[in-house]
Amino acid sequence: MTTLKLLFHILWVCVLMTTHALGASTAFEDNIHDPGRLTPIDSKLKVSVGEAAPDFTLKSVSGKNIQLSQYKGKHNVLITFVPAAWTPVCSDQWPGYNIAKPLFEKHDTILLGITTDNIPTLYAWTRQMGELWFEVLSDFWPHGKTADSYGVLRTDGTAERALFLVDKQGIIKWIHVSDINFRPDLGIIMEAIKGLD
Amino acid sequence: MRGLAFSILILAIVFNSLTAIAASEGVDLDFSLPAPQEKAACQYLGLSGTEDFIPYQVDADILVIEIFSMYCPICQREAPKVNQLYEKLKAYQEKSIRLIGIGAGNSSYETQFFKENYKIEFPLFSDDDFKIHKKVGEKGTPFFIALKPGAPEGSRIFFTHSGEIKDIDDFFERLINASE
Repeated sequence: MTTLKLLFHILWVCVLMTTHALGASTAFEDNIHDPGRLTPIDSKLKVSVGEAAPDFTLKSVSGKNIQLSQYKGKHNVLITFVPAAWTPVCSDQWPGYNIAKPLFEKHDTILLGITTDNIPTLYAWTRQMGELWFEVLSDFWPHGKTADSYGVLRTDGTAERALFLVDKQGIIKWIHVSDINFRPDLGIIMEAIKGLD
Repeated sequence: MRGLAFSILILAIVFNSLTAIAASEGVDLDFSLPAPQEKAACQYLGLSGTEDFIPYQVDADILVIEIFSMYCPICQREAPKVNQLYEKLKAYQEKSIRLIGIGAGNSSYETQFFKENYKIEFPLFSDDDFKIHKKVGEKGTPFFIALKPGAPEGSRIFFTHSGEIKDIDDFFERLINASE
């Protein structure tokens, strides 16, 4: 009887340990909403390379009002629109740009991250990414006005996954609208930025 | 008493098998990687030639694979810690243990940038189209897989870990214990 009990105990421990071996997912992963596969591009560009970038003033997560034209004559600006907070691909885009700061700085380029989410949502979301070195702006109200002025507001009110490189004269030098389901390669961004030198 | 010892032995074997099955659940390592261009990396993995290789061809008692992404904040935060793990594995005398990283959804440019940014010495490989990531069950990054290249098919993977390492010593101990 004692032997049977011992064997049962060992077996139970084995089962528990086996289950544990599967591991758990990360806290960040648990908070991500996966919308599934989306229409790759759902808007029509309203700007072109060589045109002046439409100016805007938006509230940032850091509490400032950021105007695009304030960087005129000072820095190149990479505007990075992403569709929505707490979604899979978007959550994995800006953290990469965060560690690539020296690459952007080398070419005198700052980043402005924009979504159509509101500030509290952006605040909670970007806190998961570590300390971002660039401003994150809310295009929440009037909803998507800035995204729409560039022609990257989707019909569901989110923005495209789009990049606009604006030089120090305020001219758009490069546009990249990705398939929303995929993140653009950092390599092509750096190639475009190098082209400004 | 002999009967009890025999039963425990049988259970231990069953436990090891169950653990191996559980660790490898949803993880398919039937993929190939390009031979590293650096001679030192080829030597580290015991590879000769320039042909693609599969994980089981690595010449080591144990191969640890980290599925990471340069875009993953945890992978970034833990990169220095994984470098420490690499040093610890390298210094371990009782078994030869090798470590590689596979950048899920990362291009060659991004993988190389991550390597340079965190001064990573072990070999990193690009999985730009997520093919390998899908093979290993699309786990959140970082995700660690440990395998014994020389073990019989079906029982090679003996350990997986999802998420932060947190404590290097604890991770190392769990890895070694699982390999016994």
